[in-house]
Amino acid sequence: MTRSKAHITGRVWKFGDNVDTDAIIPGKYLVLNSSQDLAKHAFENVRPNFASQVIKGDIVVAGENFGCGSSREHAPLALKDNVGIVIARSFARIFFRNAIDIGLPVVECDTTEIEDGDILHVDLEKGKIYNETQKKEYTISPFPAFIRNIIEAGGLVPYIKNRAQLKSREARELETD
Amino acid sequence: MGQTIAEKILSNSAGRVVTAGDFVEAAIDVAMIHDITGPLAVKTLYEITDRVWDRTKVIMLFDHQVPADSVDAAINHLELRKFAKREGILNYDVQEGVCHQVMVEKGHVLPGELVIGADSHTCTYGAVGAFATGVGSTDMGVALASGKLWFKVPDTIAFNVDGKLARRVYAKDIILTIIGDVGINGATYKACEFGGETVEHMDIANRMTLCNMAVEMGGKTGIVAPDEATAVFLEERSVDGDFTLGSDEDATKVTRRYTASEMVPVVAKPHQVDNVVPVTDVEGYHIDQVFIGSCTNGRYEDLKAAAELLEGETVARGVRMIVVPASRTEYRRALKTGLIDIFTDSGALVEAPCCGPCMGGSFGILGPGEVGLSTSNRNFVGRQGSPWASVYLCSPATAAASAIDGVIADPRTH
Repeated sequence: MTRSKAHITGRVWKFGDNVDTDAIIPGKYLVLNSSQDLAKHAFENVRPNFASQVIKGDIVVAGENFGCGSSREHAPLALKDNVGIVIARSFARIFFRNAIDIGLPVVECDTTEIEDGDILHVDLEKGKIYNETQKKEYTISPFPAFIRNIIEAGGLVPYIKNRAQLKSREARELETD
Repeated sequence: MGQTIAEKILSNSAGRVVTAGDFVEAAIDVAMIHDITGPLAVKTLYEITDRVWDRTKVIMLFDHQVPADSVDAAINHLELRKFAKREGILNYDVQEGVCHQVMVEKGHVLPGELVIGADSHTCTYGAVGAFATGVGSTDMGVALASGKLWFKVPDTIAFNVDGKLARRVYAKDIILTIIGDVGINGATYKACEFGGETVEHMDIANRMTLCNMAVEMGGKTGIVAPDEATAVFLEERSVDGDFTLGSDEDATKVTRRYTASEMVPVVAKPHQVDNVVPVTDVEGYHIDQVFIGSCTNGRYEDLKAAAELLEGETVARGVRMIVVPASRTEYRRALKTGLIDIFTDSGALVEAPCCGPCMGGSFGILGPGEVGLSTSNRNFVGRQGSPWASVYLCSPATAAASAIDGVIADPRTH
């Protein structure tokens, strides 16, 4: 399965509405701080075979309000190493920010028809999802430009660093003028 | 066009007039980190720069795994202590209690301020008229580095509650009723402004219970317009603020109205916070553990409401009751007024201030098949331990009545 910035192809793990961050990573694992350690326990309570059977590039698909509850960034971090993209009808706001901040791709789209095990191809440039199993096509809801800039930078830290570099370059250019 | 409280605070912090839907970069007044989300935030900070932006504006404390309950927890505490010392920031360490309670009771939050915390229940601080919101560790790290963070200015839902609550019906019943009404994502990304005569007559402790659970319906923040009660509360803490802040009459917001006198004691059934029913629907249901505490309901007022029912009574055989005051200050108040005697006499375990069983990562863990009744804020699968355990959420009075009866009970019958 492939994962590049704009194109992601993978197998679907389908979840329902209101998947909370306790379900993504239980509280007892919050002492762990690395994505590798956390990934071993992703969805442990609600999908016990996920961590052992997920293949790099697999796609998490869910309904409404994915990632509700605790602000733990351990939740998107537990998914980042293996999950190519999370597609949901809607996201809870803190999870959404955290995912974008750490560079875990997330998109909003009507996921009603997508089924567990489907193979999807996501084209972020065109804003389309192709369901290769069902031979169907879905349209991704576009994000505001401000959020797209952070996603394109690969997360909030690279975004801030790029911006700081840009500013200091501008400052240097002004000085040399 | 008038502005909501949220729009006013974010306009002030962004240095320009903004309205709902705008993206802003806003200056942070106070930032709070704790023992489980702190380590990742510190890592992010040092990826960007080598100093916090303003050491006087960062507050740290440990509450989730306190005292350290594993080597991993101890290592996180060690690393954070080193960080606090290096940066010269205020570290309450393990001594003071649950972060949200401590932040408000120590006067670290003022009306009109923009406050972030690396914890979803940071929205609690809206009880004193701040715009306070929970963020993840990377957002926190960026704020620690720069003192700024981006926000989308939220729309506001005004929850207006009028009338007088009946006997043994509390703020917890109000907020659970509201969440049951609008649903778990009924206020996603909204500022939840609580008002009306019921809220105007509430003390800060009960306003904190309301604002605390705004996030359980998806809210960006919970907020109550500051007033005389806020002024008195903050004057007691020798801090001053702007107590005139409020939404303008013509500000754009959706208003939902509730009548307090019609409300009854309620519980949120497993495994979702909006699964709210009157307690009478589940009377007599089996319970194994009762937990009174957390940032939602671990204050003196909550302990008092529970103790009123427990005085001279005993916890039923077969039921474990755990009481965890939300802070050292609240613990001492409860000690001095005899509440702790009432709890220990009744057979309850009283633990030192911390998050306790609420997040299922420390002690008071539920085993497979067990049922917990809890005054905390979440009842998701596995939240308090085993994924095969169930958690019901309720007020401290309902918790106490149930502990006495040994099954879920209506506090009005006591």
